[in-house]
Amino acid sequence: MGVEGIGARVARKEDKRFITGRGRYVDDVKIVGLTHAHFIRSPHAHAKVKGIDASAAKDMPGVVDVLTAQQLVDDKIGNLICGWAVSSKDGTPMKMGAWPAMAPDTVRFVGQAVAVVIAETKNQAKDAAEAVVVTYEELPAVSSMTAALASGAPQLHPEAPGNVVYDWAIGDEKLTNDAFSKAANVVSLDLTNNRLVPNAMEPRAAVAEYDDAEEHFTLHTTSQNPHVARLVLSAFYNIAQEHKLRVIAPDVGGGFGSKIFIYPEEMVALWASKKVRRPVKWTGDRTEAFLTDAHGRDHISHAEMAFDANNRILGLRVKTHANFGAYMSLFSSSVPTYLYATLLSGQYNIPTIYAEVMGVYTNTTPVDAYRGAGRPEASYLVERLMETSARQLKVDPAELRRINFVTQFPHQTPVIMAYDIGDFGASLDAALKAIDYAGFPARKAKAKAAGKLRGLGFSCYIEACGIAPSKAVGSLGAGVGLWESAEVRVNPVGTIEVLTGSHSHGQGHETTFAQLVADRLGISVDQVQIVHGDTDKVQFGMGTYGSRSAAVGMSAIFKAMEKVEAKAKKIAAHLLEASEGDIVIENGEFKVAGTDKAIALPMVALAAYTAHNLPDGMEPGLKEGAFYDPTNFTFPAGAYICEVEIDPGTGKTDIVDFVAVDDFGRLINPMIVEGQVHGGLAQGIGQAMLESAIYDDNGQPVTASFMDYAMPRADDVPSFRVSHTTTLCPGNPLGVKGCGEAGAIGSSPAVINAITDALGHNKIEMPATPGRVWEALQLQQAAE
Amino acid sequence: MSTVKLTVNGKSVSATVEDRTLLVHLLRENLNLTGTHVGCDTSQCGACIVHIDGKAVKSCTTLVGQIDGANVTTIEGIAKGDQLHPMQAAFRDNHGLQCGYCTPGMIMSAIDIVNRHAGDLDEETVRHELEGNICRCTGYHNIVKSVLDAAGRMKVAQAAE
Repeated sequence: MGVEGIGARVARKEDKRFITGRGRYVDDVKIVGLTHAHFIRSPHAHAKVKGIDASAAKDMPGVVDVLTAQQLVDDKIGNLICGWAVSSKDGTPMKMGAWPAMAPDTVRFVGQAVAVVIAETKNQAKDAAEAVVVTYEELPAVSSMTAALASGAPQLHPEAPGNVVYDWAIGDEKLTNDAFSKAANVVSLDLTNNRLVPNAMEPRAAVAEYDDAEEHFTLHTTSQNPHVARLVLSAFYNIAQEHKLRVIAPDVGGGFGSKIFIYPEEMVALWASKKVRRPVKWTGDRTEAFLTDAHGRDHISHAEMAFDANNRILGLRVKTHANFGAYMSLFSSSVPTYLYATLLSGQYNIPTIYAEVMGVYTNTTPVDAYRGAGRPEASYLVERLMETSARQLKVDPAELRRINFVTQFPHQTPVIMAYDIGDFGASLDAALKAIDYAGFPARKAKAKAAGKLRGLGFSCYIEACGIAPSKAVGSLGAGVGLWESAEVRVNPVGTIEVLTGSHSHGQGHETTFAQLVADRLGISVDQVQIVHGDTDKVQFGMGTYGSRSAAVGMSAIFKAMEKVEAKAKKIAAHLLEASEGDIVIENGEFKVAGTDKAIALPMVALAAYTAHNLPDGMEPGLKEGAFYDPTNFTFPAGAYICEVEIDPGTGKTDIVDFVAVDDFGRLINPMIVEGQVHGGLAQGIGQAMLESAIYDDNGQPVTASFMDYAMPRADDVPSFRVSHTTTLCPGNPLGVKGCGEAGAIGSSPAVINAITDALGHNKIEMPATPGRVWEALQLQQAAE
Repeated sequence: MSTVKLTVNGKSVSATVEDRTLLVHLLRENLNLTGTHVGCDTSQCGACIVHIDGKAVKSCTTLVGQIDGANVTTIEGIAKGDQLHPMQAAFRDNHGLQCGYCTPGMIMSAIDIVNRHAGDLDEETVRHELEGNICRCTGYHNIVKSVLDAAGRMKVAQAAE
């Protein structure tokens, strides 16, 4: 490893532009002739659209046009798609209602667009929007799954009777029931996994431009996966053909899953740019983000775990209801099924699991992948259940976990996943040591003496990342393959450009990917430029989500580098009159091993491009591409321990210590990895203690701004103690597992387990706000 | 419409704008200073923070017409040529940013925090003072580290001046 190679804490190459205000985000893009779009949105959760009168608005200053849903229909623009087919347990395909980008006849959630004003300025568009008269006929709405599933409930889509999208199951029901019938103990738990709003700090935005002469579109958009956006926009929506559409995702201000999806607003902006023959910009405001960005989580579950007399797990039975909102978003169907139920084995040997998941429509914002996507819901369920079991069985919670850990690898779980490697005991041991577990009773007693309640909670999480082997996800219903591409271009002077299909929206790829190249060639990261986020530059790529960019994206770069190095070695051997097998690469030079003969990388590169003296038959140039399709998921895992102190007078809970020990395999840049964990922990703590998207009974969102939805702020979270244990992932050449989601997956159960420990009972749901904690304390006192 | 004269990053600016024009829009749309960001619509997130006459102010809640004659400094105006402001350097050195969107507001807010406390800061104070700035990426851990680091650097820089 060099000072800038794999494992080095290299300061980020991309930071200079961000700290000096020179980042280039979508809303920063300016084009001559730009117009501005403002959407007219339904104030009702469920209503018939009876008419839209835009005549007055069209006469207002600066208004270019007012486009309505009916015009989308007339232009035969396709409906939004869901890209993962999931079937019910009876074999029937999932039941989906149509989702037009603007609603021509029925609106099904507050904020759904029905028309768009295009004007010279944003303010003119907003002013004119107030003059558009939309007549609605209100329909009864269902805002909760309970209401949606009640008999006689209002129906959202005729295609989905009873508001049920699917009734899916995984695992062996009979075997699991048998295990329960033999159990010495059964522990059960009812859980709610609260609905969250991703809230990347940069709101979604789009700048669309149509070139009439070339019949070509350019779309700048806030996307985690610009190539997927282009594919979906061209293949399904009938707006532009793939070779006539360039999608650019420049600097993107956070994603957390919410910018994977192709949304109505981006589609409409693209379509409108051709309609009005002017470039169109739409930048969402925060309220629009709350109303229209895909939300996350929102499960209600009942779980039961069966134990033998020695406290070994015999089986797990789960029934989950998952709220999809009003429409099926791009990957929504996969989240509570293949990204959730397949992780229900946790870190444990569970001989049999049976899980049923019912997907439900409600008159709320659509729900899809949000940081962790299904895996946080799984780890919350499993880890709450383990902690509850330990208390009920009167076993130390660390010990109960330890005796049930998977210790032999590979390990086939009863729910599809085959864990390749891990050392769960090592992470737990490190976490116990870091938190000083033995000293906890004394700390608890001291807190008690001071009138405070201390609690300690564990979470031993596992997740499936490096998404994903194309063949495997294809067999499970995915509409796309989940490989990644890379191209390594060595310039004639020896500097290097790496084109990647991964997309960085905060993860620091411009640095970590350069470190891989620097490591292999022994050069500085400054000689390496990472190019991403532009479909005109990068041929294809699947983008960044599911902690896949290191495990999949960098593996593609690794493969391309091997090809480049092989060719460069041939050239060097030819120039040095040595045998190819004797060439080694060190410090930016190609050396003949065991001699002082060497040639520097720039000279090899120059030789490749002058082509004056290459081996016979060799093509000029030094550029190679590779596609990498993973052979398995990766399985980051770890142990988190949270220690809280509750003020019984106010219910205010302070996290007094938080220890995270993760096994991510090899770390490329530990500084960046730690940063990813910190951010994930804050999101998980946010879910556990602060955040919740709430609707009233009529489907009105009551948490649609930062005034109402409690985002974690600096004084809501502690400093974290983050460390690592390591088992190298055998499934990819770098031994990496991925680190983007772990913090969000592992932390919320640790927090709630700590709070329930302090409370002495289990009757609290997320978010455990001071009000709820205080109420839970009164409950306890009443019982005493 | 009203005409307002300002000094922005040391340069005199005269702008004739609609009365409802917010400072952040003047900066971003008219002056092409796009480093100042808009992250919310309720003055909660702080991505838009600039300095007006040396104090941190949310430019999304400031009408241009309110600040005639003011001296405005944005994220683009705090480095001296190629020499980063100590707060900028501390954010880079401590990995105090990820996606970069909240960063300009964080840095402008943090400079004001250090100035108001004469560099005498601890973690609790920094966390409390940052409550008007939301970051979704970093979990604040490295932002707090950056601010504390910069407080030391700014003290040293001031002592040297």
